[in-house]
Amino acid sequence: MAVMTPEERFQAIVDAESKIEPSDWMPEGYRKTLIRQIAQHAHSEIIGMQPEGNWITRAPSLHRKAILMAKVQDEAGHGLYLYSATETLGVKRDDLQELLHQGKHKYSSIFNYPTLTWADIGTIGWLVDGAAITNQVMLTRCSYGPYSRAMVRICKEESFHQRQGYESLIRLCNGSPEQKAMAQDALNRWWWPSLMMFGPHDTDSTHSEQSMQWKIKRVSNDDLRQQFVDMTVPQAEFLGLTIPDPDLRWNEERGHYDFGEIDWDEFWRVVKGHGPAARDRIEHKIRAWEDGSWVREAAIAHAAKTRSAA
Amino acid sequence: MTYEVPVAPGEKAEIEERIEGAADGWPMWEVFVRAKRGISHVHIGSLHAPDARTALQNARDVYTRRGEGVSVWVVPSSEISAFEPEAAAEYVEANEKVYRLATTYEIPDEVGQM
Repeated sequence: MAVMTPEERFQAIVDAESKIEPSDWMPEGYRKTLIRQIAQHAHSEIIGMQPEGNWITRAPSLHRKAILMAKVQDEAGHGLYLYSATETLGVKRDDLQELLHQGKHKYSSIFNYPTLTWADIGTIGWLVDGAAITNQVMLTRCSYGPYSRAMVRICKEESFHQRQGYESLIRLCNGSPEQKAMAQDALNRWWWPSLMMFGPHDTDSTHSEQSMQWKIKRVSNDDLRQQFVDMTVPQAEFLGLTIPDPDLRWNEERGHYDFGEIDWDEFWRVVKGHGPAARDRIEHKIRAWEDGSWVREAAIAHAAKTRSAA
Repeated sequence: MTYEVPVAPGEKAEIEERIEGAADGWPMWEVFVRAKRGISHVHIGSLHAPDARTALQNARDVYTRRGEGVSVWVVPSSEISAFEPEAAAEYVEANEKVYRLATTYEIPDEVGQM
């Protein structure tokens, strides 16, 4: 058997649908792409606690409050699984935190939209978590073992997120006219940002091809977006809500829904950090980190004291 | 894509990975969970904690929020020993001794199940 170079061996493992594990040789670009993607994913989960945490004290019942707290706790857990995955690639969690605080790392733009009414909470579960599931189910098949495993855990929990959101909207849509109008208003505001979550068109997506070859990414942005639209339209119909897109219609020939064009100017504006709540999100994150510093220090001091006493 | 941030035109894709001189936070622990009685503890992930007791509490919150386990172990990551990657490759690929495998031996059908 001819001896393979490390690069050939790496690609052979990837091509065979096996997994790359932390101690394996990997191309530097693969490692860097993963760190970028997983760190941004982790940051998104952590920042994603804010728009929903915003409604915990105002949830309409104790039942909904308990659900929302469990969901926000899950988002923290997801962030931690993902930071752990980045650490297998040789970076430190505290460094990633600091880079996020300094604005050198980004997180998903979707969390820079504000949650204005209670209906936003149900809508986020249904649409934002729905879009995330579409993407994350693909990522369970990612070639990097630790990322793929984190995704399996996350997908199980996301299913709860999406279902509780949709169920909460069923209640609103079967409630008073005001409640139904509130649900429609939330859909109007979250529909397009949710579609934007899948990223630019495939033709404008600069790094997709390499990521596909490395099997970090398995399905293209436009294909995932189409999947999401096809899945979501009947769900909106069931709720009796109208998706805010005059171009949306079933295309018999394609076997898919056709839909309108995303406002790409808004897309890039928000990606570049000009979303409505962008500044608040990072300020809040830094404040929480700084307010908690005494706890971290005290825990270290206590651990040292206990060790020396033993 | 979803939670990955697209690279804006004119922006570079690479991100920084390190902060010079940043303090080390809490040490890292590996977490092992026994999903149910009768099976072994299995590695499930890692976390940071100042000491073993807090590591166990964090492990419960991070990895077993939905009854995923009946028992949890935590081990300081620095205490785990492993083969170097090159040695590991030789170690796991040295599977030439097929005579060690039960399936190497042909037993006539008349003998029945063995």
